[in-house]
Amino acid sequence: MTRKVAAALGLLIVGFTLVVALFGPSVVRADPFAQDLMNRLKPPAFMGGTDAHWLGTDQLGRDYLARLVYGARISLLIGAAAALTSGVIGITLGLLGGFFGGRVDDAVMFAITCRLSIPLILVALAVVSAVGASLTIVVTTLGLLLWDRFAVVARTTTMQVRTLDYVAAAEAAGAGLFHVLFREVLPNIAPHLVVVATLEVALAILLEAVLSFLGLGVPAPLPSWGLMIAEGKDYMFFDPWVIMVPGLALFTLVLGINLVGDGLRDLFGVRRRV
Amino acid sequence: MGCGTCSGCAGVSEPVLAVEGLRVRFGGVEAVRGASLAVRAGETHCLVGESGCGKSVSARAVMGLLAPNAVRSVGAMRFEGADIAGLNDRAMGKLRGDRIGMIFQEPMTSLNPAYTVGSQMTEVYRRHRGGQQRAAVDRAASLLARVGMANPGLRLGQFPHQLSGGLRQRVMIAMALMCEPRLLIADEPTTALDVTVQAGILRLLAGLQAEMGLALLLITHDLGVVARVAHRVSVMYAGQVVESAPAAELFAAPTHPYTRGLLASVPVPGKVRRDEKLGSIPGTVPRIGPGFVGCGFRDRCAHAMAVCAEAVPLRQAGAGHDYLCQLT
Repeated sequence: MTRKVAAALGLLIVGFTLVVALFGPSVVRADPFAQDLMNRLKPPAFMGGTDAHWLGTDQLGRDYLARLVYGARISLLIGAAAALTSGVIGITLGLLGGFFGGRVDDAVMFAITCRLSIPLILVALAVVSAVGASLTIVVTTLGLLLWDRFAVVARTTTMQVRTLDYVAAAEAAGAGLFHVLFREVLPNIAPHLVVVATLEVALAILLEAVLSFLGLGVPAPLPSWGLMIAEGKDYMFFDPWVIMVPGLALFTLVLGINLVGDGLRDLFGVRRRV
Repeated sequence: MGCGTCSGCAGVSEPVLAVEGLRVRFGGVEAVRGASLAVRAGETHCLVGESGCGKSVSARAVMGLLAPNAVRSVGAMRFEGADIAGLNDRAMGKLRGDRIGMIFQEPMTSLNPAYTVGSQMTEVYRRHRGGQQRAAVDRAASLLARVGMANPGLRLGQFPHQLSGGLRQRVMIAMALMCEPRLLIADEPTTALDVTVQAGILRLLAGLQAEMGLALLLITHDLGVVARVAHRVSVMYAGQVVESAPAAELFAAPTHPYTRGLLASVPVPGKVRRDEKLGSIPGTVPRIGPGFVGCGFRDRCAHAMAVCAEAVPLRQAGAGHDYLCQLT
C-alpha cells in the first residue's frame, strides 16, 4: 500500500514538473534573463519578500521563479535526451552481446569494462576544454557515457530470453535476425529497461547539475538548476534561499523520478509472474 | 497401415523430406552420427528414442536452427525434391514457417508473451505471403476454428497468458499451418500436457495430417503415442536411426535389440501381470565422441559380440524395414 502511495507521489512530482516545464514560461510573466540591479537578492514572499518576486531575485536581480521554471525545462530535456542516447547505444550493445554470446559478447563486455574505467567528470572536463560548453555538448557527453547500465541489464535479460522457446519458434517460422532481436526479444526485456531508464534520467539530471556547478555544463545565462546553485553559493551565508530553492527543486525531481522507477519495477515484477 | 487416403502419395512417391547421413557435433560430443530419415506426404513418421538420443537435434538440424557451436554435416538433404543441404540461412528462412512448420514441446513458453495470439499468427502469414492484414486475420480465425477452438474471434485478441496449455498448443499448431506447409515437424508436442489434453492434440494432429495430406514428423519418447498415430517409425539410439519400419511391423516384429528392449519396457494392460517385473535396458546412453566406430548399443546389448566393435551394416528385415545391427 505504501509502495503505491510512494509511486503515486513520484508520478505527481514528475507530472507536475513536466507541466511546469511545458507551460510554466507562459504563465510566469517575468523574463528569466532580465536583470534588475536595483532589486538584487530580494527574499522570497514567504521569507519577508514581496509579491512582485514570489521566490525572490538572484544576485543580478533576475526573477528566481522564472529561472526555476525555465530551468525545469533544461533539466528534463537533458535527462530525457541523455537517457535516450545512452539507451540506444546500451540496449543495442547489450542485445547483440546477450544474443550472440561468444566473441561478440566478449567485445561487448570489453566495451562495458572500458566505459566503467572512464571517470565521468574527467572526460566532461576534457571535452569542455576541447570544444567549449553548450547544452548539446552536455547532452552528447552524458549520452555517450551513461550507457553502461543499459548494456549490462539488456545483455543479461537477453541471455535469459534467447533460450526460451518462442525465440526458437520465431526462427522456425522464418523470422530474420532483425525481427528476432527487436520484435521478439526487445519487447520482453523492455520492462527492465524502462526501470533502468528512470534511473538514468535521474542520474543525468544530477550530473548536469554537478557539471554546471563546476562550470563545465550549461553556459552562464541559461537558468540551469545546477548553475543557479553555483551562482548562488557566494551569497548563501546571508541569503540561503538562493541555493535552497534550486537545491530543493533538484532533490524533489530526482526523488520523484526514482519513486516512479520503483513503482514501475514493482508493477512489472508482479505482471511477469502471472 | 499404408495411407492411400490422399492422392499425393499414390504409388511410390518421392519423400517430402529425405535426409541421409546427418551428423551433428557439439564440441567433443557427436549428438547425431549419420542418421537417415525419409518422410512422405500423407504419412505420420514417428521418431522415437530416449532423452539425449539426438531426436530434437536432428529436427533442428533439418530446420537449420542449431546452436552456433554445433557443427552439421549431411550426406544429402532434399525437401520436395530440391536440395536444401547447401542453402544459406536466408534461403532456409523462406522455407521455415512457409513450407515447413514446426511445433515445440513447451506450449507455455513457445508463444511470445508480449503479443496477442492474432498478431503472432498474422505475422507469420504476412511475412511469407504478404497481402492485407484483413486476409491474414480471416485465415487465422478459420484455422483456430479448425483446430477446435470455440470463439476464434475472441482468442485472436487474447494474450498467451490468458490461454491454458492445451489451447496454447492448439494455437501453435494453427500458427504452424498458416502458410499451408508440406511438412510439419512436431517436437514432443504432447509431453508437457495433461493426458486427456494429449489425446485431443494427437487426434487433432492425425486429423489435420489426413485432411491436408501433410508429411508429419512426430518426435516423441512415448511409445503409446507412437502406437496410436504412427504410420512409420524410426527408432533412434545414440545419434543413429537403428531401426525404421512401418508402425504395425515394428510393433509386431521388432528386430534391433534396442527396439526389443524398448518395447519390452512398456506395460501393456491385460498382458503384464501385477507381480511380473517390467523389462528394462541395463546401463545408460553413452557419450560418444568423434572417431567412435561400431555399434553404440554394444555395451548394453545382451547379444554383443566382438564384431560389434566394427562398422555396422544396414540390413533389411522386410520391405521398408531397415535395421542397423550385426545380427541377422
